[in-house]
Amino acid sequence: MTDALARFLIGGLVVSAFATVGGLFKPTSFAGLFGAAPSVALATLALAISKDGKVFAGTECRSMMAGAAALCVYSFLVSQLLRRFRLSTLIATLAGMPLWFLAAFGLWRSFLK
Amino acid sequence: MTIKIEASRLEQTKWHEYALRFVPGGIITVIAGLIARKWGPGIGGLFLAFPAIFPASATLIEKHERQKKEKKGLHGEERGTDAAAIDALGAAMGSVGLVAFAGICGWLIPKYPVPLALGGATVAWLLVSLSIWIVRQRRRRLLR
Repeated sequence: MTDALARFLIGGLVVSAFATVGGLFKPTSFAGLFGAAPSVALATLALAISKDGKVFAGTECRSMMAGAAALCVYSFLVSQLLRRFRLSTLIATLAGMPLWFLAAFGLWRSFLK
Repeated sequence: MTIKIEASRLEQTKWHEYALRFVPGGIITVIAGLIARKWGPGIGGLFLAFPAIFPASATLIEKHERQKKEKKGLHGEERGTDAAAIDALGAAMGSVGLVAFAGICGWLIPKYPVPLALGGATVAWLLVSLSIWIVRQRRRRLLR
């Protein structure tokens, strides 16, 4: 329980910090870079190393490469859904989620499993 | 195009909008930990790049841009959608930096102290993302 609470607080703080810093910048395309900041990774990896060791964290990093590539595909799809089809932002961002799962697990299964 | 810092944007953000980022950020960190524990670090690692706060952040960007234009008596809806689309494209560029972060982090963690490994990988994320952003800006300027 204490571990989950620590994860929640650290994760929330790091994610909010990156989002706040990103929101200060202009132009919007530059601020958008912070939408893919390693916020969850920093919080999780620091805790994983201290609790489960460096080998465990190293394996997480390897898989994260597939997750990050999937995030690239997802973000590009959302951008196109908004530009070409003028969908509402909430609908476009949620509609793209299945593609993230498909790309992340597909890449992991094909190259990293 | 030059990069500017607009501190006034902090005043534009309300406390519940900070919560909209804090809560999903905290939840995904807990979930990523639980998944890694149950199914192993191979599956858990994927969720370190899950777009958990993306919907909330993009919706807030759309809302702020729409409100800004509507205050000037302009059609804010279209501009709001455009801003969210540009933000998503920025995130796609940042994701390439995130791939570099993961690769470099995996390489540095076994060899160096943790703060150095995480710090070095974060610098790599910033450099790769920034380089791609600069290349895209220059290419756009040339094509105009």
